[in-house]
Amino acid sequence: MSKKLRAAIIGSGNIGTDLLMKAMRSEWIEPIWMVGIEPESEGLKRAADFGIKTTAEGVNGMLDQVISDDIRIAFDATSAYVHAENSAKLNALGVIMIDLTPAAIGPFCIPPVNLKNHAKKLEMNVNMVTCGGQATIPMVAAISQVQAVEYGEIIATVASQSVGPGTRMNIDEFTRTTSAGVEQVGGAKKGKAIIIINPAEPPMVMRDTVHCLTADKPDEEAITRSVHKMVAAVQEYVPGYKLVNGPIFDGKRVTVFMEVEGLGDFLPKYSGNLDIMTAAGLRTAEMFAEEAANGGIELPVRSTP
Amino acid sequence: MDLKGRKITVHDMSLRDGMHAKQHQISIEQMQTISQGLDAAGVPLIEVTHGDGLGGASVNWGFPAASDEEYLRAVIPHLKQTKVSALLLPGVGTVDHLKMAADCGISTIRVATHCTEADVAFQHIKLGREMGLDTVGFLMMAHMIEPEQLLEQALLMESYGANCIYATDSAGYMLPDDVTARIGLLREKLQPETELGFHGHHNLSMGIANSLAAVEAGANRIDCACGGMGAGAGNTPMEVFIAVCDRMGIETGVDTFKIADVAEELVTPIMDFPVRIDRNALTLGYAGVYSSFLLFAKRAEEKYGIPARELLLEMGRRRMVGGQEDMIEDMALTMAKERKTSS
Repeated sequence: MSKKLRAAIIGSGNIGTDLLMKAMRSEWIEPIWMVGIEPESEGLKRAADFGIKTTAEGVNGMLDQVISDDIRIAFDATSAYVHAENSAKLNALGVIMIDLTPAAIGPFCIPPVNLKNHAKKLEMNVNMVTCGGQATIPMVAAISQVQAVEYGEIIATVASQSVGPGTRMNIDEFTRTTSAGVEQVGGAKKGKAIIIINPAEPPMVMRDTVHCLTADKPDEEAITRSVHKMVAAVQEYVPGYKLVNGPIFDGKRVTVFMEVEGLGDFLPKYSGNLDIMTAAGLRTAEMFAEEAANGGIELPVRSTP
Repeated sequence: MDLKGRKITVHDMSLRDGMHAKQHQISIEQMQTISQGLDAAGVPLIEVTHGDGLGGASVNWGFPAASDEEYLRAVIPHLKQTKVSALLLPGVGTVDHLKMAADCGISTIRVATHCTEADVAFQHIKLGREMGLDTVGFLMMAHMIEPEQLLEQALLMESYGANCIYATDSAGYMLPDDVTARIGLLREKLQPETELGFHGHHNLSMGIANSLAAVEAGANRIDCACGGMGAGAGNTPMEVFIAVCDRMGIETGVDTFKIADVAEELVTPIMDFPVRIDRNALTLGYAGVYSSFLLFAKRAEEKYGIPARELLLEMGRRRMVGGQEDMIEDMALTMAKERKTSS
């Protein structure tokens, strides 16, 4: 029996397609389905060309084959509006849902910080926060793991071309969700998030600045070590995650300057903000697969078809 | 230029854009004294918030002496005829801030985006209008795109419900013809009832000339700062603009000598340094760089030894937009490292 968990990707847009390309290389995940809503969509055609099963009828178009295809993982790359329904339908069939939308029904997941806990508890729905959250919360956590952080602030600057209409129409959701993640997963007592969109040509690679105010004088050596270790942990799934400058220390302020370049699978390299979401989503699925393979968790019981 | 009889609304920036020059440290008492002085001089509208708008309080831009809410609640109840606006940058402030400011009694919300990114203002403009506020779409760094592109963005903001659109010269880069081309096209293509505004910076000393060009091309709202206190070399100085309007017969409702007294007696004394066109402020206007980068570049020069002018020019070359102050320290660190290696 293959150790790979079989998966469905919901949403045949840019994010779903990039995720598919990454998943096809995975040692732990085998993408089986691509789910869309537009029969003529490029994403569905492309998936079909890769030999992936497709439906243009949304999640309903694959529900009767979830068990027979042994689908264990689903990635939702649609929108917050339809996520709850998608998740309920698939959870009912024992499919673990990885939520790349801002819906955030399940707990936030930042792979190098708290993914192991979610996998061990077999959380049936985990949320990938936001692109800015994936890029910055590991750094807040790296600092708060050394000493108490009173305040964590992140500034994510992204290329205009990489920000889709969904994010634009509800940009408040980005700031709210990211600051909640800075607190809940990053470990800052209070969190703040700022997003800046830059239209320069050629498009700029995603940049992220993280400022933390520590409760006491920062332990420079321990924080520097912790930050470098965390950068390496993120680089395992996002090789283009780079510490450009810092950590710098100024009184109780600790600042790191990051750059996130994508792999350029389907999305252009500058859109590291999108790449880090698909890569983190896939990394999350892989961890569930690893835990299932080594007996750390029992997947929901199914009668063999 | 014959503008005799034109009626315009001047909008004072000293307590918002001026916050940049004060590193957001204007005290509650200073806000009260100056706003009441502006009220007595006949200024119809003033802006009060953190320099970077509602929710701007941050490590990145600086924590203010008091919160937006404290400032608004301290200022608004004491004004007789002057109304108060708040600035909001989507991505920084949220609709929660907007609701708070409305609850404090603002009359006007100005939703500001970079000139190419109007669609991020959708939810804030829509809500502002639904709440019955005077709702302004504020397109920053408007020199960076052609008038036709600016029009597309202005049409978006108008379609969300903005009743006034601004061409904002955040870098103080524009020359009068640039203003005429932009305001003129907006006047031609937007709804006739949509008001137009111009916000200038005085980095090339063009604040007055540009504001007049804007009025001539159809703008009826002009941002000025009493005493010129604003980011960079400041905004169009209110008292000078009022004096010029007086001479030209443009009706502002503001008393020239009273506003000059407010500038002299209340605003200038609180400045941390003379807000003027020094070589770095000049660089902003010359190279088209966001005005509030000024003090950040100066501090980086002190800390890392890279001249502020070089940092500002490089920010311009990389086409950095409003809000990217974090990149100044990052760039200074990188340049300092490179110089250490090569020496």
